[in-house]
Amino acid sequence: MTDTDNLDTARTEAIAQIDAAADLSALEAIRVALLGKQGSISALMKTLGAMAPEERQARAPAIQALRTGASDAIAARKAALEGAALEAQLAAEALDLTLPAPEAPRGSVHPVSQVMDELAEIFADLGFAVATGPEIEDDWYNFTALNMPESHPARAMHDTFYFPDTAPKGGRMLLRTHTSPVQVRTMLDAVKDHPGGAPLRIIAPGRVYRSDSDATHTPMFHQIEGLVIDRDIHLGHLKWTLETFLKAFFERDDIVLRLRPSYFPFTEPSVEVDVGFALVNGKRVLGGSGDAAGHGWMELLGSGMVNRRVLEASGLDPDEWQGFAFGVGVDRLAMLKYGMDDLRAFFDGDVRWLGHYGFSAFDQPTLSAGVGARA
Amino acid sequence: MKFSAEWLARHLDTDATTAEIAAKLNELGIEVEGVDDPARALEGFRVAEVLTAAPHPQADRLQVLSVDTGEGAPLQVVCGAANARAGMKGVLGLPGATVPANGMVLRKSAIRGVESNGMMCSVRELQLGDEHEGIIELPADAPVGMPVAEYFRSSPVFDVSITPNRPDCMGVHGIARDLAAAGLGTLKDAPIPAIAGSFPCPVTIRTNDPAGCPAFFGRVIRGVKNGPSPSWLQQALISAGQRPISALVDVTNYLSLGFGRPAHVYDLAKLTGPVVARRATDGEEVLALNGKTYRLDPSMLVIADDAGVHDIAGIMGGEESSVTDGTTDVLLEIAYFDPESIGATGRKLGLASDARTRFERGVDPAFLEDGLELLTGMIIEFCGGEASEVVRAGTPPLDTAVIGFDPQLTQRLGGVAVPDGEQRTILERLGFAVAADWTVTAPTWRPDIIGPADLVEEVVRVHGIDRIESVALPRADGVARPTATPAQLTERRVRRAAAARGLMEAVTWSFLPASAAEPFVTEGETPWVLDNPISEDLKVMRPSLLPGLLLAAGRNMARGAAALRLFEIGRRYGRSADGSSAERLTLGVVLAGERTPRGWASGKAAGFDAFNAKAEALALLAEAGAPVDKLQVMGEAGAQFHPGQSGTLRLGPKVVLARFGALHPATLKAFDLTGAVMAVELFLDAIPPRKSAGFAKPAYSPPPLQPVLRDYAFLVPVTLPAGDLLRAVKGADKGNIVDVRLFDDFRGAGVPEGQKSLAVEVLLQPQGESYTEAVLTGISDKVVAAAAKLGATLRG
Repeated sequence: MTDTDNLDTARTEAIAQIDAAADLSALEAIRVALLGKQGSISALMKTLGAMAPEERQARAPAIQALRTGASDAIAARKAALEGAALEAQLAAEALDLTLPAPEAPRGSVHPVSQVMDELAEIFADLGFAVATGPEIEDDWYNFTALNMPESHPARAMHDTFYFPDTAPKGGRMLLRTHTSPVQVRTMLDAVKDHPGGAPLRIIAPGRVYRSDSDATHTPMFHQIEGLVIDRDIHLGHLKWTLETFLKAFFERDDIVLRLRPSYFPFTEPSVEVDVGFALVNGKRVLGGSGDAAGHGWMELLGSGMVNRRVLEASGLDPDEWQGFAFGVGVDRLAMLKYGMDDLRAFFDGDVRWLGHYGFSAFDQPTLSAGVGARA
Repeated sequence: MKFSAEWLARHLDTDATTAEIAAKLNELGIEVEGVDDPARALEGFRVAEVLTAAPHPQADRLQVLSVDTGEGAPLQVVCGAANARAGMKGVLGLPGATVPANGMVLRKSAIRGVESNGMMCSVRELQLGDEHEGIIELPADAPVGMPVAEYFRSSPVFDVSITPNRPDCMGVHGIARDLAAAGLGTLKDAPIPAIAGSFPCPVTIRTNDPAGCPAFFGRVIRGVKNGPSPSWLQQALISAGQRPISALVDVTNYLSLGFGRPAHVYDLAKLTGPVVARRATDGEEVLALNGKTYRLDPSMLVIADDAGVHDIAGIMGGEESSVTDGTTDVLLEIAYFDPESIGATGRKLGLASDARTRFERGVDPAFLEDGLELLTGMIIEFCGGEASEVVRAGTPPLDTAVIGFDPQLTQRLGGVAVPDGEQRTILERLGFAVAADWTVTAPTWRPDIIGPADLVEEVVRVHGIDRIESVALPRADGVARPTATPAQLTERRVRRAAAARGLMEAVTWSFLPASAAEPFVTEGETPWVLDNPISEDLKVMRPSLLPGLLLAAGRNMARGAAALRLFEIGRRYGRSADGSSAERLTLGVVLAGERTPRGWASGKAAGFDAFNAKAEALALLAEAGAPVDKLQVMGEAGAQFHPGQSGTLRLGPKVVLARFGALHPATLKAFDLTGAVMAVELFLDAIPPRKSAGFAKPAYSPPPLQPVLRDYAFLVPVTLPAGDLLRAVKGADKGNIVDVRLFDDFRGAGVPEGQKSLAVEVLLQPQGESYTEAVLTGISDKVVAAAAKLGATLRG
């Protein structure tokens, strides 16, 4: 047997030993025994220095091959053992991911708030600012300034909640029965702010109160008032504004309105506005003419040209300014759009209802995304 | 208000169908709430004659009739009515007809083995009255085969809602006038009889209150015989929902419903002395026709004689002098009362009546004379008698609006072009006098007409308000500008932040039961309490958002909800000592039940604690734009809170921006809640407005050097609030310390009695160059010194 044969055998044996190492510590012991300072291969390497050049030339390649073979085998075995260990570790760490994850509570925005935000967005695009006024109101703003003096029969149409307190401007303090007093307050403020007090475009959303309670009436509900004052505003503008806002709100182009003459002391002429609907699975869906087959008209809101007495009471010159006003129920709009059918549930705070009909915080209405939150 | 088509036909000559009339009424602003057609309900019922009646072979109480229906062979009908007999005429319901009273559909059937081809009906089954003993018996001249609806002259009934500005439409005649003006026929003028009195009126009438009762006309009719009014009149009243009483009463109701003109008929025998319109004396009483006694005061107008009050003027007559079947002589009263006075009296007495509704809206002041003649004519026609001369006290106010009208205004205000000629025609048909120069005089029956805008409304509604075309509002150039106020933005932002944090928005009543509201009333204020609440539960305006949310929480818990995270944004209502009102924007949060449910990883269910409340308060305040870094936690959250687990967040010592914490056990008990309940109230109105207006943020570049973290453990008295230590440490070296976090609060082994160990980590940010050991030691010394001022010692 030649020396080279011996070295080849040594290499084969070393590799077999390495490949048989059961774990990393056994492998390390083998590495030390072969390649450590005192290791057998290291010892062979050291003999190279003492050899004559010819001998070195003859033996060096085999010794080098032995060393390279062993160290490559150790590296490979090490990688294999580490891989196996990692796999074992990962296997041990496996989770049952069908187990439930911790739940974050889901919050919601009330439909009334959502719809008010939607309306503010639509009307902002039409140039309407949002105005507010008190709910505990002076008789004068709620009635007298709106052309309903003390004895006016139309007051009987408002089932009013009163307080015992005398109002500063006469009569008693009361809970506003509509958002219309905000018209008067806004105009009076506007007159203070700039001469003439107009032009004006506002909406005024808020709580209103009527002493009335049944399946479709609650003693508290929400209204949104609209007011446009300028020099040449007429009923045609009113009709367009209502059509435009309803088309935007319901995201339908087939909204059809029917105007009917009516009576409100604070407008002249006064107009009751009906909207056409279709009956779909027993529910009213707005759209189409109410005269079409399977359709009907639904009373939606009251409106009209602001009565000159109201303009006068609000400090505006009725010979210079004119305009329209309207008031519409916010809860009603919410019900028509989002499908609730019981007004009383709006004010109960039932978390099941709020979870079902409420909106995500991220349903913020925007013009680009559409002002509605689709189911 | 209801009236039948037949009644309308007495005032309007028209070929229009019921549907056309209803549509036109709507277009005119006379809202049709319903059209009830009794003919439809009575379809399949006709006048029939009983030819023979024989006993039923199987049943004692039944008879087998042979009935002539006017066509074909007689029908065999089984009938249980005792009054069924040969030769009588009645009403037969044919198979297929629906019995109006009970919705039963009639069928050809066998009753006890005998075939029956319909049903002989009672009055009640056809809803023609209450009578239910036996079947209807019709007079012998009733034409066999005629549909019953036709026989009873049932005609469709319109139910309309009249707006308060249209007293003229509170009578069928006025409605007919509107329809005629809109081209739906011709108005028939009522034939006014001219009845000359044959003797002087024996009663003196007078008005002692010309303001309240400017005019009082009357006359006596002698020798009347009261009894039922003719059937056409009864049918008319029934169609209007009125019960026929007697001819003398029915005629006044007919005048009221037909012409919008209330009047009154007194039994002359029950009057003594002059009949006077005057103010009531204080405490004077009258028994009204509704059977109730009313106590009057001097603000109220009455009609009285020497004996006392006989009528609450313009509202309701008195029982004492009302007409009866035995009445022979009557005094007719037709007066004009001041609308405001009638309205005020009606409201004060809480007394509604058809007369009041008309007087307070304003009856036609020119219709006294004609109305009295109409009334006299009908009474003499139905009851006989002899009329006296008419006596008149005072004169009615006949002035009406005279308006300089510009027909161009119709376009300017109404947005619709109506030719001048058409405008003139419309106004004239409605009774306005239109002069060549467009000076328009309103008719006496239109007290609502005051100015040019009213005329525009008249023209537009008759021309067709639905013919107005939409015209776009002029639009400002460019993209729409923001319109919300800072307060509105805060509200929207906080609302969505709260929802994003897992809170559910509720909207609760603005009013509360007194017991729920009172504990939450702000110091120095009193609550707003309704005079006329709808119930005791909805009586006091909420002084805080918490009680409403707690009531909602209670309802939810009663329904078995496990976890509640409710919030509401709205106004709380306060009333200061001087009576002034303050409505302040507030956010309330209630956390109750399980914060985390029991879980495979988290173990047992965990409830909420005061720190959850604090976290919500701070997070939402931050979203609301409050300077949360500058807030101090202080006490005095209020008696509704747990004294040791609640606090306020203040900007400086006085400005309270929020209160938060666990609720007091007494509060929980009062609201019937169990378990710990946390509450937060944010006073959004108290947050100072933001100062910056621009978009650019202050300049910033992240420091290039790494920050250094140092830990300190201090022994401090247990009574020292941790927040004080944190503030002191943070302020020890403002140039270097950028953050201080507390990570341990330990008491027990190794910590002396009466003390606790608070461990904090302090984040130091080197600015220009890295810290040297000397600099770090210097900072540490400052930290320790600052803490020492609070009695803290560095733990060994």
